[in-house]
Amino acid sequence: MNMQDVLSDKVKSIAPSGIRKFFDLASKMEGVISLGVGEPDFDTPWSIREAAIYSIETGKTFYTANQGLPQLRQEISKYLNRRFQLQYDYEDNIIVTVGGSEAIDIAFRTLINPGDEVILLQPSYVAYTPGVQLAGGKEVTIELKEDNNFKLTPELLKAAITDKTKAILLNFPSNPTGGFMTKEDYQKIVPIIKESGIIVISDEIYAELSYEQEFVSPASFPEIKDQVILISGYSKAYAMTGWRLGYVCGHTDLIAAMNKIHQYVIMSAPTAAQYGAIEAMKNCDNEVVKMVEQYKLRRNYIVKAFNDMGLKTFMPQGAFYVFPCIKSTGLTSEQFCEELLKEQLVACVPGTAFGKAGEGFIRVSYAYSIEEIKEAVIKIKAFLDNRK
Amino acid sequence: MTELDLLSFIEKNAKCTITDLSMALNESEEVITNSLKELEDKKVICGYHTLINWDKSCTEKVHATIQVSCSPEREHGYDRIAKRIYMYNEVESMSLLSGSAAEFIVNVEGKTMQEIAHFVGRKLAPIEGVTGTATLFVLKQYKKNGVILDTDDNYDDNERLLVTP
Repeated sequence: MNMQDVLSDKVKSIAPSGIRKFFDLASKMEGVISLGVGEPDFDTPWSIREAAIYSIETGKTFYTANQGLPQLRQEISKYLNRRFQLQYDYEDNIIVTVGGSEAIDIAFRTLINPGDEVILLQPSYVAYTPGVQLAGGKEVTIELKEDNNFKLTPELLKAAITDKTKAILLNFPSNPTGGFMTKEDYQKIVPIIKESGIIVISDEIYAELSYEQEFVSPASFPEIKDQVILISGYSKAYAMTGWRLGYVCGHTDLIAAMNKIHQYVIMSAPTAAQYGAIEAMKNCDNEVVKMVEQYKLRRNYIVKAFNDMGLKTFMPQGAFYVFPCIKSTGLTSEQFCEELLKEQLVACVPGTAFGKAGEGFIRVSYAYSIEEIKEAVIKIKAFLDNRK
Repeated sequence: MTELDLLSFIEKNAKCTITDLSMALNESEEVITNSLKELEDKKVICGYHTLINWDKSCTEKVHATIQVSCSPEREHGYDRIAKRIYMYNEVESMSLLSGSAAEFIVNVEGKTMQEIAHFVGRKLAPIEGVTGTATLFVLKQYKKNGVILDTDDNYDDNERLLVTP
């Protein structure tokens, strides 16, 4: 029996991830130095781990409420108010999800009818495009340019909106570019969003990893707050990637609709992780600050290193990636990463793994110690010198 | 760059070169060099040490924490007695305490238990003003200067995948 015959057309239409392809290549090689990961190198703060262990020790191993533990939702509500002056009611406006990934999935599936258009910014996180496609939608991409620090401008947004546009997905600070939107940047696009009535799915997973400027959520603009679905989680800020815990906030009707999918597919997020998250939000602000301080120093280091070796790299204002331009080498992104891996055993991710707009760039994570970054930088420089 | 940025960074990355510090802190090498010199001169930076887990080396070392009781001196308080103790090379660190039966905590290092016993009995206890000592030998150090020493040799602490989204 040919199993390909039984697969759904939707699944068959989904392209394999460029990240996966590169992971397969790197994992077959010995002694690889990686700058290719999208997760913190810090351990989850101990008090969070302790809280989760204690919850298991005391037998808290049951399903929680579908939307998540009420105490956790209360803490999320308080956190969003304390950090970003956002008001969300814990009973009606918040669902605790299995990572930000589930939140993105249920947001797409809640909103999209077949043929609806969803605007995605490129280069973008690898799961957005397949998420739209699996929900039956059609992605419309806006290419963000390095010349404009990978920001969304009103001109680009206006040009992309059509009668079929249902939503736009924003992800600032951005994976993979490190692009950042300030309050002034948002003020220019908020009237367009308001007028068009489109929904903004705002993936704010890197919100806490903002450096020189304060993070601003599109939900903080009262005129469009009801149009915004805010998605965040614990993976990046609290170094909790393996816990798979996130949350989604939004208008009561949208949350009620998303909860229909969530309750049937997921039931509820893992209980021990939810107890850990309560501790994270109550008592771990200082731990986050310490990690952000380290990321900022590493960012400074790596941006200067790339610019010094002739790969133009703009200074990102958030997340933990830099996106050096490798066009001067004459290689494509994939060629650059493959040859670098084979020749110097350094793994970076081709920009094209994040969409066609990523051609000419590579994604480099600085979620590594300065020593590891330094070692990789020396090897990348040797790789470039060998080509002169 | 603030003084705090520089101090926080070198506290955990003492091996960094001036060039590395300059890149990470986004400052010129000249500014970094001058700032370090100023902090060293002011004794804000008191030294650059290596943290060694002697249990894993071939060298045998014994550590002890000694609680020292003493009577303060008129006009000098505890400081003169403290100096007579901390000037000994055997003393690694020393602090004056409140709320304890003993006034000082003195951490000492020696090659053998006998050597430490000798130090306590012949040098420390006879100091004028010292009224008592209690020697606690260290059996195992779990954490020092914020670094966990009690790591499992078989534990691979880098199980992150090479490439992730």
